[in-house]
Amino acid sequence: MKRFGFSKFMLIFGLMFIYLPMLILVIYSFNASKLVTVWGGWSVKWYVGLLDNTQLMGSVVRSLEIACYTAIAAVALGTLAAFVLTRVTRFKGRTLFGGLVTAPLVMPEVITGLSLLLLFVAMAQLIGWPQERGIVTIWIAHTTFCAAYVAVVVSARLRELDLSIEEAAMDLGAKPFKVFFLITIPMIAPSLAAGGMMSFALSLDDLVLASFVSGPGSTTLPMEVFSAVRLGVKPEINAVASLILLAVSLVTFLVWYFGRKAEANRKRAIQEAMDQTANESWQQPQPQRVAATA
Amino acid sequence: MRTFNQQFLRLVPSGRKFVIGIPFIWLFLFFMLPFFLVMKISFSEAALSIPPYSEIYTYAEQKFQLLLNIGNYTMLGEDELYLSAYLGSLKVAALSTMMCLVIGFPMAYAITKASKEAQNVLLLLIMMPTWTAILIRVYAWMGILSNNGLLNAFLMWTGLTDHPIEILNTNTAVYIGVVYAYLPFMVLPLYANLVKHDGSLLEAAQDLGSSNFNNFWKITVPLAKNGIIAGCMLVFIPVVGEFVIPELLGGPETLMIGRVLWQEFFNNRDWPVASALAVVMLLILIVPILLFNRSQAKEMEGRG
Repeated sequence: MKRFGFSKFMLIFGLMFIYLPMLILVIYSFNASKLVTVWGGWSVKWYVGLLDNTQLMGSVVRSLEIACYTAIAAVALGTLAAFVLTRVTRFKGRTLFGGLVTAPLVMPEVITGLSLLLLFVAMAQLIGWPQERGIVTIWIAHTTFCAAYVAVVVSARLRELDLSIEEAAMDLGAKPFKVFFLITIPMIAPSLAAGGMMSFALSLDDLVLASFVSGPGSTTLPMEVFSAVRLGVKPEINAVASLILLAVSLVTFLVWYFGRKAEANRKRAIQEAMDQTANESWQQPQPQRVAATA
Repeated sequence: MRTFNQQFLRLVPSGRKFVIGIPFIWLFLFFMLPFFLVMKISFSEAALSIPPYSEIYTYAEQKFQLLLNIGNYTMLGEDELYLSAYLGSLKVAALSTMMCLVIGFPMAYAITKASKEAQNVLLLLIMMPTWTAILIRVYAWMGILSNNGLLNAFLMWTGLTDHPIEILNTNTAVYIGVVYAYLPFMVLPLYANLVKHDGSLLEAAQDLGSSNFNNFWKITVPLAKNGIIAGCMLVFIPVVGEFVIPELLGGPETLMIGRVLWQEFFNNRDWPVASALAVVMLLILIVPILLFNRSQAKEMEGRG
């Protein structure tokens, strides 16, 4: 019991360690003083000032656009990869495939970024595409590493799934393609949403990959923030950072909330269906037995 | 006609091949192939051209010439800077992985002991920061750790010191930042593993007179092996190549390889040396990456 007390203490300590700095950042973004370390009363002037910063606003729009495309592509690619890893047990190069799917999770970003840039440069020389690096090249880079996260989330769900439902559909003559879209996809929908949101957030957040594969005129929000942060702490950056924090935590919370609700609904529906069939099979034999004895 | 159709259909890739092929080709093209290019360019010479490196092979007058320049690699060995940057990165990665494990293990354990409802909320609290910009979370520390920041103000208020302690732009700040940023990546795989443990094993051991300490080392830790490996690798490998944290929190004495690579690439525009740095980094990390992939494969196939 003593160790339980210790681990509980560590949990509280760890959570405080994680959240206090963010809380302080948000509080200081409302600081009226130009000096970031002196408290000069509450004010929202830094937030209002952001709207006039057209360069920053441009990068926000660009980042959001890339994050949207990334989320869609990463979910599609990651789900396929997860499906292959959990359902197709034997094929040539499976070990290599597994490695390729999970390695982007841990690969240092400077290596991935550099190698992708060299690929794009070589491709531009060989086939003339991409002429200019920008949104598309950043999208490719982000999709590649976000797909790995999606694959991990989705494969965890796919493993939990009751295979018998898919098998039943196949036995009734549904083609694998149809089974996948009508049975599997609805059942893993919460984890698809989670994977999509995760990709969106990761893409919105990435600095290193984007710095390597972006071209002139395609500065993303993290690149903009980074070049400002390098010069020190600034109240405007506090405001941008707080807004990003707010947006991400809101999205995270919504995904979690709806995911949980969907899960609860699904479980209740299954339970109800089971109760119903149990009741029916309990009642059904009665008339038959009567007929047999008569 | 029928046989013709059948033969034609055989040429069209089956659904199975499509399902395997699309992610395979994508990952091969955009993840694996680029590494070979990095390797190739690490053997070329820097040149004042676009792109800024020389071709390593030429074909003229029916002669195919392959020119491998190993100068980049010998330079890495000779220059003190690169060696200490590699060692610095490994040291920071190893120490902060240990710190994350020491803090993260009890955290993960405490979460598994909470009620089912509380577990969901706690997991969300741990997971949320991993989705939030690392740049912003590191930036938050810049304000706290600076000479006239909150931490120093607090320390002087309590009377522990009468002058500000220099923390920002030192290695201490880098450790704080790394542990801060990577702690969730340690807790999540550990939790996923610990939550599957059968509590009756511990009870049985206790009934047989085993102490809490003994229980922990002989039962919990061996069972959690895969989770510990996954967590440690999720922290160790990316930290070796970390750029943002040493750049923003570290000082001039913080030599880490990700930062050196960035400078070679963006400031010196020396792509071949940057590539050579990446190749050596990858060689150092290949064993940890394989370890991670294996534990992940076990986890994915449900054998973990």
